[in-house]
Amino acid sequence: MYTASDLRKGLKVIIDGEPYIVTAFEFSKPGKGQALYRTKLRNMITGLSIDRTYREGETFEPASLEERAMQFLYKEGDHYHFMDNENYEQIIISEESLGDAKNFLIENLNVKVLMFGDRAIGVELPNFVNLRVMKTEPWVRGDTSKADFKPATLETGYVLRVPPFIEEGELITIDTRTGEFSKRVKE
Amino acid sequence: MIPERVNFRKGSKSRFVAKNWPLARRKENLQQRACLLRQIREFFVGKGYVEVETPHRIPTPAPESHIDAIPSGPWFLHTSPELCMKRMVAAGYEKIFQICRCWREKERGSLHLPEFTLLEWYRTGGGYRSLMEECEGLIQSVAKSIGLGQKIVFRGREIDLSEPWERISVKEAFHGYTQTSVPEALERNLFDEIMVRDIEPRLGLEKPTFIYDYPAQRGALARLKPQDQTVAERFELYIGGLELANGFSELVDAKEQRRRFHAENENRQSLGKCIYPMPDRFLEELDEMPPAAGIALGVDRLAMVFLNAEKIDEVVAFTPEEL
Repeated sequence: MYTASDLRKGLKVIIDGEPYIVTAFEFSKPGKGQALYRTKLRNMITGLSIDRTYREGETFEPASLEERAMQFLYKEGDHYHFMDNENYEQIIISEESLGDAKNFLIENLNVKVLMFGDRAIGVELPNFVNLRVMKTEPWVRGDTSKADFKPATLETGYVLRVPPFIEEGELITIDTRTGEFSKRVKE
Repeated sequence: MIPERVNFRKGSKSRFVAKNWPLARRKENLQQRACLLRQIREFFVGKGYVEVETPHRIPTPAPESHIDAIPSGPWFLHTSPELCMKRMVAAGYEKIFQICRCWREKERGSLHLPEFTLLEWYRTGGGYRSLMEECEGLIQSVAKSIGLGQKIVFRGREIDLSEPWERISVKEAFHGYTQTSVPEALERNLFDEIMVRDIEPRLGLEKPTFIYDYPAQRGALARLKPQDQTVAERFELYIGGLELANGFSELVDAKEQRRRFHAENENRQSLGKCIYPMPDRFLEELDEMPPAAGIALGVDRLAMVFLNAEKIDEVVAFTPEEL
């Protein structure tokens, strides 16, 4: 059993018999008041999101989903194809069910596919993945503005903020839990 | 900003980039934070306050329903220096301030750290309104010290620091910003939720805002208002929707304070939480405390406001996750 204070991004819980994943989470506590956990949860079957506020002490049943080791093969429209590493069976997961994970899927990436009964309803990524920067502005020498981050577009189309010294064509490590830049990869 | 050792010469392959980039990036913020701390001290010394230090590790925290202390052996890490500082006021220290680390269990979010820095100060002979004025003076003087003028930018808004700041009662805020009255919100246990969802985001948007006169049961250590016993003489300061400080006229009636602590402990028990031992020494000395007012201000959050930071992580050297 989880309690409200266990809530964090990525936690999977059962609500009304269906699995949900926490996609956004904010802890708040007005002066001397009780702790409130404001969350956005995505229904892992329908893909629909709901907003819920939980209070200190509320409990949740964890969504225990079977995990199968698979490799991401390719993307076709909004269908993502994966192959089971054990029996080579191929499955398709829709873009909707993947949620933010779609930003970090590159060919041959090993992931855990989450099964709810017979249905593949999402993937669990490694905490860190390496992706190449396809587009970003060059760093302007002598720029003393406070903007110590600049946008960069990755090979998956995902746009994030990176430090100014990152250049096009470089490989960088992303923390998939936060979607943020982690470090530059020395090649 | 960029660490000094980085050599950004274009095309150079041997430039240095700190392994701990997030920490390197915070350097300028932490330098400004240091200025802020120095200026806070100067402000209070200039006003005749004495800086004090009280133990971080104490036998028992003040029993309050929603504040949980982290155990340290058979004792606790303090959740604020309140009890010790009030014992000093009771013993004749008229104007004291302290800047210290405090700990609160399981408080972590973009505005919370389980270990954070609190500025707390007490003065005799004045009530909560005099503290509001002192807040105005303190924050203006700190703003000036780190090179900011009367106007600051925080959370995408320009906020005017010139006096007087906005003052609004809790009752007026509920009336103006919600469909629910205060008694109704309390009755349905929705007070905190409405506060967070409907009221806080509206406070301190153009000028800093003091919201004052909280329901009596929301100020376990505050004095009730003589003209209206349903409210406590307690206020909070908000800038850009961010809660920065909590102050009140101190309750100096030991018998009443003991009764309230017992009620808070009963409430803790009903929430399935541990109950705290009575702070007996504090209660024994409280009767000798002259009329006074005290306030706690979150230093990390003040740094957030001045540095226009989105997350508390940006104004500290290390978060618990980074250790």
